[in-house]
Order: sequence, then C-alpha cells, then structure tokens
Amino acid sequence: MAAEKNKQFDPTGVLHEIEEKFEMFQILNEDGKIVNKESDPKLSDEELTDLMERMVYTRILDQRSIALNRQGRLGFYAPTAGQEASQLASHFALEKDDFILPGYRDVPQLIFHGLPLHMAFLWSRGHFLGSEIPDGLNIFPPQIIIGAQYVQAAGVALGFQKRGTKNVVMTYTGDGGTSQGDFYEGLNFAGAFRSPAIFVVQNNQFAISTPREVQTAAKTLAQKGIAAGIPSVLVDGMDPLAVYVATKDARERAVKGDGPTLIETMCYRYGPHTMAGDDPTRYRTSDIDSEWEKRDPIVRFRTYLEGKKLWNEEKENEVIERAKQEIKDAIKQADQAPKQKVTDFLKNMYAGDMPYNVQEQFDIYTEKESK
Amino acid sequence: MAQLTMIQAITDAMRTELKNDENVLVFGEDVGKNGGVFRATEGLQKEFGEERVFDTPLAESGIGGLAIGLALTGYRPVMELQFFGFLFEVMDSVSGQAARMSFRSAGKLNAPITIRSPFGGGVATPEMHADSLEGLVAAQPGLKVVIPSTPYDAKGLLISAIKDENPVIFLEHMKLYRSFRQEVPEEEYTIPLGKADVKREGTDLSIITYGAMVQESLKAAETLEKDGHSVEVIDLRTIQPLDVETIIASVEKTNRAIVVQEAQRQAGIAANVVSEIMERAVLSLEAPVLRVTAPDTIYPFAQGENTWLPKADDIVATAKKVLEF
Repeated sequence: MAAEKNKQFDPTGVLHEIEEKFEMFQILNEDGKIVNKESDPKLSDEELTDLMERMVYTRILDQRSIALNRQGRLGFYAPTAGQEASQLASHFALEKDDFILPGYRDVPQLIFHGLPLHMAFLWSRGHFLGSEIPDGLNIFPPQIIIGAQYVQAAGVALGFQKRGTKNVVMTYTGDGGTSQGDFYEGLNFAGAFRSPAIFVVQNNQFAISTPREVQTAAKTLAQKGIAAGIPSVLVDGMDPLAVYVATKDARERAVKGDGPTLIETMCYRYGPHTMAGDDPTRYRTSDIDSEWEKRDPIVRFRTYLEGKKLWNEEKENEVIERAKQEIKDAIKQADQAPKQKVTDFLKNMYAGDMPYNVQEQFDIYTEKESK
Repeated sequence: MAQLTMIQAITDAMRTELKNDENVLVFGEDVGKNGGVFRATEGLQKEFGEERVFDTPLAESGIGGLAIGLALTGYRPVMELQFFGFLFEVMDSVSGQAARMSFRSAGKLNAPITIRSPFGGGVATPEMHADSLEGLVAAQPGLKVVIPSTPYDAKGLLISAIKDENPVIFLEHMKLYRSFRQEVPEEEYTIPLGKADVKREGTDLSIITYGAMVQESLKAAETLEKDGHSVEVIDLRTIQPLDVETIIASVEKTNRAIVVQEAQRQAGIAANVVSEIMERAVLSLEAPVLRVTAPDTIYPFAQGENTWLPKADDIVATAKKVLEF
C-alpha cells in the first residue's frame, strides 16, 4: 500500500530529478579547448581580443587596487581576481543602454559600461563625486546591502517593460546573497511581471568565510530560479565563452518579452572578501586555492586565443602597460578632487528646496566652511 | 463642492495625479481589482488600466524595490504599504535605499516615491496593524513624513507628496478614514509639505499635535474653553520637516504649550517639538512644555487599545497642569 502511494507521491525523487538537470554549462575547458562546439558563440576576432583585453586589464586593476589600498591610497575595495570571466563576459553580452545594478565587487562591469576609472577610485575612497553618475550612463552605484539590488532590478525591468524599450537590467549578487529574502523577492517579482531582467549569482564559493554548503540544502543555486518559475542556468564561471553565451541567451529572451533568467556562475575569488582585514587562510586551504587557479579564466582564454593566433605576450604586455598608465592617471585625477565639505553632503540630501532643518544647518556650515 | 470622507479625498488625490501625470503609477497588495483593503484605490484600476494601477506579489521589500527601480526609469511611484506595521519588512528599501538615493548619487538621481500607508490605532485591527511607527521614518534623513488629519488636507497634501521629487511617507490614520466629511474641491490643489495648520486659534495655551490626536485636542480645547481657557491647536501635518516657524509663533503668543502624540513617549516626535521650543523660545515660556503620549509599551491591539490610547481627558488634564503652573 505504502509503496503504491510512493510511486505517485515522491517529493525526494522530484527534487533529485530537478537537481540532476542542472549540469554545468561549459564551452571552453581548463585547457583552453572548445568542448562544446555547437554552443560556440563564434565571436569575431575583434570581439575575442576585446574580451581578453578587458579581463587582463581587470586583473591588473585588481592587483594595483590591492597595492593602492595597502598604501592607504584607496578605501573600500573588494578584490575581483578569479571572477573576470564571470564579471566581464556577462557584461560583454549587454548593450550600451542596458542597466546595471551592481554588488560591491562589480566595479569592473561599471567601468566597461562607461564609468570613468577615477570615479571608481573616488567611490572607493568615499568621495561623493565618485557617485556623480555621468548623464546617460545606466548604472546604479554598487550596492552594499546584500540582495537589495535584486528587488530594485525587478523595478527597473518593469520600468523598461512599461516604457517599451528593448533594454534589459542586469544585476549581480554572490552565493551568500541567494539566502536573502530580497533575492527571492526580486526573482519572483520579475517572474510574475515577466520583466526583462538578468539575475547573476556569482558563486565564488564563500560568503566572506561561510562556505557555499552552509548557505542552503539546494545542490545548485541556479535551481532557486525554478521556485520563481523562471529559466535558470548553471555555467562555468571561469569560462568566458560559456558565461557570454548564457547571458546573451538570457538577454535575447528578456528582450523578446519572455521574462527574466537566473544565471549561476561557478567561480572563485583568489583574494580576500575585502581589503578591510579579511584573512582567507582562516577558512580556505591553499589546496582549494590551487585547485581553482588551474581553472583560471585568463589562462584558458589566453591558450585559446594563442591557438587562434589572436594573442601573444607582446599584446598582453601592451594591455598591462596601458592599464598601469591609466590607473596611475586616474589616481592622479582622483587626488585632485576637491576636499569634501559638510555643505556638499547637505546639498545632496534632497532634490529641490532644502527642508528647514537642512537649510539651517547648510547656512551654519556655509559660514563655518568659508573661514 | 463634494462632501468627502478622508479616504475618498485620498482616492481623489490619486485620481487627479494619475490624470495629470502619465508617469504616476499606483501599486501594492490588493490595490488593483480589490481597490485596496480600505478601498483607498477604489475604481482606479478600472479608470486607468492595469498598466498604471496594479497588484503586486505579497512581499513588502519587493514592493519597495519595485518603487525604487521604477523611479530609476523615470516613473513616479505611489506605493501602498497595506498596513504601516509591515514597515519592518520594507525598512531597507525605505530608509536604506530610497532615502539615500539623492545623497549616494551626489544629487544625480532622486526617488520621487510616495509611500501611502494606513496607521494608528482605535479601529480594532489585529496585532502589527495599528502601531504609530512614524518616529522610525521621521528619524531618517532623506525622507519627508506627512500625516493629514482632515479630508481637505489629505487631498492637498497627497498631491504635494506625489509631486515632490523626494521619497515621502504619507500616513493615513485609520480612525480618520471615515470619521467625518468635509468639503473637498474637485480640482487639483496642493498644500505645501512642511507647513503646519492652526486648526483653532487661542491665546492661553498651544496644543501641538498631528493625526487622530488633532480631533482629540480640538475636543479638549472645547472643554478647556468652558473653564475660560483660550486654546490654540496646531496640526503639524508634516512631522518631518517640522514647521518650526508656526510652532514658535504660537508659543511666543500663548507662552504655554503641550505636545500631543498617539505614539509611545520614548524618542518621539513630541520630544523633537519640545526640543525645538526649548532651543528657540525658552524665554517666552511661563511653564514647562509637557507631553501627552501613549505609554512606553508594545501596542496592545483590539480590546486592549482603548485603555491605552491618549484621549481628550488626558489632554485636558495635562493642559491644566501647564495652565495652572
């Protein structure tokens, strides 16, 4: 009798069946070989080189940012090395007028969307001019509250949909972010409205120190989209081509009116959570580190491009030198930003007329700061 | 002119702005087909369509995020928070995100979001449906907090809130929704945010208050008048920013003041009003400024609330202490 019933009612079986369907999508393997020919996006030579340049540039930016932070010349910084494919290949699938709602680690995408580098540095330093987003640039400053960008993305997507634009919103969080209520609310709202959003989960395996297994019983994070009724995919986040294809595919669906997609990019951050005292040796072994370094996105993409004669040491050095020079110039430019005043802060509190309390304090500080 | 209840005036304000500005969107839980649990959005979806007046999934944080995202794409969201006790669910979107929009974009972005919500006690709602949590949002720089006490004020203030370029919390006292009618013009009119209204003029004592306590204070003023005291009642209408000018002008005239709020005593709006008076008009005072508030307990819902809420008698008693000081 019981066995009879179980055939029709098998919650565990249903779960396993769904979980097994989430295989990791890969095009370019660790050795830089195409293993999934039919999915090859066939990017042009220029596009392939451009994507490689962005990844190399970002690796240098990361190294320099860490050094600048240690010298006290940058403020808040969340290292990006290891996540270049996840960040830049997903962004590579976007159009100029698409909107990005980043997490705090997602500064590289903002830069390649058009945010001047010196502004990224000013933001890191906590200078208000770092957030003075240039006109026509569809980005929001990096989100600090884990998951808040997900519900906002649902709103931007609904706005695009109502305006009838052919644009999408892309937002990012990490593995830890998928445990937040806002994560699910964002997916669910965008799903319910069938809005053009792409939700990226960069699963870099650790939320500060907490390993992925502690976050959830779910075998994959991608499968969380199923609960919201939205298409979901698990991709090799160290494979730029797979990340690009998954995002491009999500974008096409969104623009067609088929709603949002959840993308889990399986990746790794080599560095600490942020430069504010996190010590990864407390929660990771060097064995895990070197395991992931073997899958490095830049290494495999370099091998692939060298095989196509699109890349060589000279090219790479050119990018490295250009990055270093631009970083140097941007820091110089950031150094020239005016000293922040309390009147600046008061001025930015409200749009339009200042409420009486702000106005009174503005008058007091105007006098104080004119001395 | 039509005689409207406060809730009808609120619906009328939304209808007016939906008509005037195509970027105005009205949404929340049950606001569409159902017209809201209090019927504040009655008929609006039918009149303006599902694109502009719509139901959302049941998640307050999601609704707050939706409002912010829609504001980022140029809309003017009017979101309903079904009961203000659900504020905690959406607190990050309100205080952590919308309030910071202008500041954290160096003034480049703004969040012209109106968050309407029923609040206050005395109508026998379940737990978490009747709190006076206005102090939580009034303490957050970047927000404005508006609380009307009459149908006429409700329409003019709500239109101003919707037109405002900043996030405005618009709190509607549930007891006032249908308690009385007033003439409300059909056309658009605005009442500026941050401006109090002298609801009754007097010379011996200023009662400074807002929300449902305006009616209680007016009742108390009647009683006190019978004893020969001329009492002025100031309805703050906006609790952040305060209309310090009107408060101080009144206190300088009457030399005595009490502040009345339905909320608990600790860290409240009344304390803020008292501070403003002390900083600006202490030499005009003939007596200490006292407060009438609810006690510092958790809100006791339904059967418990009527013994707890401040009433006209409490206001009279405190007013006498100050008048006889």
